[in-house]
Amino acid sequence: MGGVAVTTQAKLDAAKLRADFPIFEQQIHGKPLAYLDSAVSTHKPRQVLDKLRDFYETSYANVHRGVYTLSERSTAEYEGAREKVARFVNAPSPREVVFVRGATEGLNLVAYAWGLVNLGPGDLVVVTELEHHSNFVPWQYIAKRTGAELRMIPLDDAGELDLGELDSIAGDGNVKVVANNLVSNALGTINPIERLSAWAHERGALMVVDGAQAAPHRAIDVQALGCDFFAFSAHKMCGPTSVGALWGRRELLQSMEPFNLGGHMIRKVTFEETTWGEVPAKFEAGTQPIAEAVGFGAAVDYLNEIGMPAIEQHEHELAAYALGRMAEVPGITLYGPPADRRAGIVSFNLDGIHPHDVAQILDMDGVAIRAGHHCCQPLMAKLGVAATNRASFYLYTIPEEIDRLVAGLHKARKVLG
Amino acid sequence: MSEFDQLYREVILDHYKNPRGHGLIEDPDAQAEGQNPLCGDEVSIYVAFEEDGDTIEEVKFSGRGCAISQAATSMLTEMVKGRSATQVATLPRDELLDEIGIPLTPVRLKCALLGLSTLKLALHKAKGTPLPDEWSGMADELDLK
Repeated sequence: MGGVAVTTQAKLDAAKLRADFPIFEQQIHGKPLAYLDSAVSTHKPRQVLDKLRDFYETSYANVHRGVYTLSERSTAEYEGAREKVARFVNAPSPREVVFVRGATEGLNLVAYAWGLVNLGPGDLVVVTELEHHSNFVPWQYIAKRTGAELRMIPLDDAGELDLGELDSIAGDGNVKVVANNLVSNALGTINPIERLSAWAHERGALMVVDGAQAAPHRAIDVQALGCDFFAFSAHKMCGPTSVGALWGRRELLQSMEPFNLGGHMIRKVTFEETTWGEVPAKFEAGTQPIAEAVGFGAAVDYLNEIGMPAIEQHEHELAAYALGRMAEVPGITLYGPPADRRAGIVSFNLDGIHPHDVAQILDMDGVAIRAGHHCCQPLMAKLGVAATNRASFYLYTIPEEIDRLVAGLHKARKVLG
Repeated sequence: MSEFDQLYREVILDHYKNPRGHGLIEDPDAQAEGQNPLCGDEVSIYVAFEEDGDTIEEVKFSGRGCAISQAATSMLTEMVKGRSATQVATLPRDELLDEIGIPLTPVRLKCALLGLSTLKLALHKAKGTPLPDEWSGMADELDLK
């Protein structure tokens, strides 16, 4: 394949990395598994699975509770994972990193704990037409509850944000919060968060970033992005399900009301009233996903060892290769920006063939892709479709799997076209 | 026969590519629409009764969606024409699934039953009877009206 930018980065060897992932040791319908649905969730390397087992077998106890050795060991592992996750996004301090159930819970935490108190009539909540429901529905709901208005930054025909609309949006009211994903899960678009952060801050607004699709894809520096909150999920970056992280500016986290209430998040409880603990404990009520957080730390170690720039480059190369090969298929519509401005995600439709049928025919050949609305129904409405097919790639994806995808698309056309 | 050949067997593809009963009925005696919000499959069904007000004289459908949803609805129109609406309103789903005759995962089962669920709702609406309990869950999931 030609036209790929040559860099001095050490390239990753996807074929070799696959050996770390036990899931690839099986066949689907008699064919090797070509897992092209990593945008919805990635598979887990042995290094993470081994860490989970080892932790449960040698170090597990509830954290921040006991004075006994095992509890101290468990707490050290849990807090060690927080430090790794904080470094992974260049957070100024691990104390600004709250473990949550995933990006969705992190975004809900901000919408409820900050939004309910700080939004009201005359205020604008600005989201984009490109949002995953996780960064759209909470804001739509909290705006309705507080009397604030919801405004959307529109998309242009290339699937990128039309920032020319910003001034007109700002004329509609008092912009209080801007919420956007850094990488779109549906189209792979990489969004200009730095510019949006600056625009939000010029208006005294907060910038809330859904980083669920970005954190697996490239090196993250929350300070350089200039945002106020950044939420992401472990399961999309080789880590366990049910754990993620919310980074927030310390002064914001400190000034906010709690989200969940219960054990561990308190300073003092009396029959009359309760005062809150310090950040991040204030936002971590109840027993946390302890082993999952430790596994999250192991996933961060795994990605760091490969190197995020190498992962980013690999995804861009695969996206470029896929866009080129898929353009050969007659009747295909490819959505989203050019390869150099997208992560390893390609959404498409075959003329006259429903995505369910495409995905089913591919599955018969062991190729797993997503067919549906990708939790982006407003975006699907904008594109004028009910659903799309989506192939998405990760560090273990090899070009041969994209060849099998393309062969499957030709087959789908032959059977159903 | 491979799984692939089973799923997209000739009769399914034939009904998908050449749907029977595709079209509209002006002033239908019974009508309903259904859609699967998960994948956007849509079906509208129109029924005309004979003079006895019960025998299905004509049944047509319009819609768009995956091969399974559209082929199953096409097969359904052939299956119910000339039958009593009262009987079709209580038609067991296995009668249609046997006719389709392919293994269906839970996700695809909803595609296959979209047309039948919609037809049942149309008939129950026309008769003024409630949709039986075992179909009301499907009616919620498939956004029937």
